[in-house]
Amino acid sequence: MRRSATSYWIGFSIILALLAVAPLVLPEFWRRFVTEILIWGLLAMSSDILIGYTGMISFGHSVFFGLGMYGAAAALLWAKPANLWLALLFGLAAAAAVAVFVAYFATRLRDIYFSITTLVFSQIFYVVIFTWTEVTGGENGLTFSRPALAIPGLFSVPFTTETLHWFVLAVVTISFLTIRRVTQSPFGMVLQAIRENEPRARAIGYAVERYKIVAVMLSGLFAGLAGILYAIQNKFAAPDFVFFLVSGEVVIFNVMGGIGTLVGPVAGAAFFLLLREGLSRYFTEYYLIPVGIIFTAMVIFMPQGLLGFARRRLNQ
Amino acid sequence: MGIPLEQILIQTINGLVNGMILALVASGLTLIFGIMDVVNFAHGELVMLGAFTAATTLATTGNFWLALVVATLVIAVFGALLQVTTLRPLLGSGSRTPQEVALTTILATFGISLVLQKYALWQWGPSARKLQEPLTGQYTLFDLQYPWYRIATALLSAAIIGALYLFLKYGKYGIWIRAAIQDRVMAQAMGIPVPLLHTAVFAIGAGMAAASGVLFGPLAGVTQTIGADFTLRAFIVVVVGGMGNLGGSILASIFISLLEAYASLIVSPAQAVIFSFVALILTLLFRPTGLFVPTPK
Repeated sequence: MRRSATSYWIGFSIILALLAVAPLVLPEFWRRFVTEILIWGLLAMSSDILIGYTGMISFGHSVFFGLGMYGAAAALLWAKPANLWLALLFGLAAAAAVAVFVAYFATRLRDIYFSITTLVFSQIFYVVIFTWTEVTGGENGLTFSRPALAIPGLFSVPFTTETLHWFVLAVVTISFLTIRRVTQSPFGMVLQAIRENEPRARAIGYAVERYKIVAVMLSGLFAGLAGILYAIQNKFAAPDFVFFLVSGEVVIFNVMGGIGTLVGPVAGAAFFLLLREGLSRYFTEYYLIPVGIIFTAMVIFMPQGLLGFARRRLNQ
Repeated sequence: MGIPLEQILIQTINGLVNGMILALVASGLTLIFGIMDVVNFAHGELVMLGAFTAATTLATTGNFWLALVVATLVIAVFGALLQVTTLRPLLGSGSRTPQEVALTTILATFGISLVLQKYALWQWGPSARKLQEPLTGQYTLFDLQYPWYRIATALLSAAIIGALYLFLKYGKYGIWIRAAIQDRVMAQAMGIPVPLLHTAVFAIGAGMAAASGVLFGPLAGVTQTIGADFTLRAFIVVVVGGMGNLGGSILASIFISLLEAYASLIVSPAQAVIFSFVALILTLLFRPTGLFVPTPK
C-alpha cells in the first residue's frame, strides 16, 4: 500500500515534469496541441466526477463549458483593460449559475432520463445563444483579446505560448488534485456508493439527491473552468462549443481513456485528439468515420478504456 | 390581435402532418427501447439515410413510391446488420446489469451515429437535396390552399402505424414481440427466439425511420444534419409519451408538433423548439412516467 502510493506520486511527478518542459522542446504546433489536450482533459476529468464516480452519464457538459467560455468573454469584452482574474470570476459564475439550474432539475432523474435531460438543457442554451445575436454574436460568436498574466501590484506580462501552457498546466494540476481529493473524501465515497447501489445508499440514510446536486455543480464548475481556459487560449467564444456534439466528445474521451480514473479521461482526450490529428491528414473532414468505428469497437471490446486496467491503483 | 385565424388553421394542419411523420420515427424508437432497453442514438441517422437512399433511387428510376419502398427495405436490412454487429454483442452476455446495458448501448449507438452522419456527408455531399413530391395538387377548403402531398403523407404515416398496431395485436410474430417486451426471460423459456426478435424489431424500427425520412424529404431539404434533429425530437416525444409506450408516443408526437407549430406563430421557428424542451422538462418533473399513460396504481 505505502509502496504503490509512492510509485503513484513518482509517476505523477514525472508526467508533470514532462508536461512542464514540453513547450521548451516541442515545435510551435505541438505546443498549442499539448495545451489544448490539457484543456479538453480538464473538461473530460470534470465529467468523470459524474460518469465514473456517481454513475450518471451527462450528455450536456458542453453547456457548462460553453457558459464558462461566454462568461469569460463577457468579462474580457466589458473590462478595459482585459483582466484575467475577472474573466475567471465571470466564467465560473456563469458556469455555476447554469450548473445550479441543471443540477436542480436533472438530478431528479436517473439513468438515461438524466442523460436525455442534460442533453436537452444543453440544446436549450445552444438555441438561446445561437439566436440571441445582439448579446452573444449569434452564429459568429464573440472575439476578444487575450488578457495579460498579471497579479495586481506585482507584475504583468503578456501571455506567450510557453507561459500560457504553464498557466493552463498549473490550473489543470490544481484542479486534478482538488477533484482527486474530493473523490477520496467521505463525500466522494458516498458518490461511489450511489453509483454502486442507489437504493441502498438512500436506505442507509444519505440524502442522495443532495449529493447528486453537489456532484453536478462541482462537475459543472470545473467544466466551466475548462471553458474559460479555452476562451483565453483561442480568443473567441462560439455557439458550436455549446452544441451537444461537444458533450458527446467528452463522453468519448471518458470511455476511451477509462471512466472512474480521473487521469483516464485526460489520456482519452489526448488519444482522441491525436487520432483526429493523425486521421484527418488522410480522411480530411471525414476523420469521424474511423474515429467513430474505433470508439464503437472500444465500447464493445474494451469497455474499461485505455487506463481502466489500472483503475484500482489510480484511485489510491 | 396579431394572428389571423387562417394562420392558426394552417399551423394546426402542419402540426398534425409533422406529428404523424414524427410518430413514425418515435414508434420505432420506443419499440426498440421497449423490447431491448436500448436507447438508439442513431435513430435519426436512419431517417436521414432513408431520405438519401430514396433521393438516389428517385434520381435513377423517377418513381417516388418505388423509392419509398426501396429505401424502407434497404434501411431495414441495414438496421438488422447494425443490430447484429454492434448491439447483439452488448446485449448478449448476461453478466451485465440493465443499467450497464443501457449505458454501453447509448455509447455504441452514439458512435454509430457519428459514423453514419459523416458517411452521408462523404457519400452525398453537403448540399441539401429536395425530393420531388409525387403529388403536386392543392387541396382547397373554403379559401385555404393546402398541398395534397402533405395530407397524403399524414394518411400514409397513419396507415403504416395502423399496420404496425394490427401486426403487434394479431400477428403471430407481433404477439411474440409483445411477449418479449413483457418478460424477456419467460418468452425465451417458452421457446421464442428472443435474440432474433431483437434483430427483427430493430429492422422494423429502422425501416419505419427510413420511411418517415422519405416522406419528410419533399417537405424540406435533406442534409446530413437532419438526423440529429430527428433523434432529439424523437427522444422528447418518447419520454413525454412514456418510454416504451407505443400509443403514448404517437399522441406525444402530435402534441409536440402542434406545440411547435403554434409556437412558431409567436417566435422564430428556430426558437419554437425551446417550447418542446420545456414541455419535456415539465413532464419529467411532474409526471416522469409520461403524459399519455394511465396513472400507475
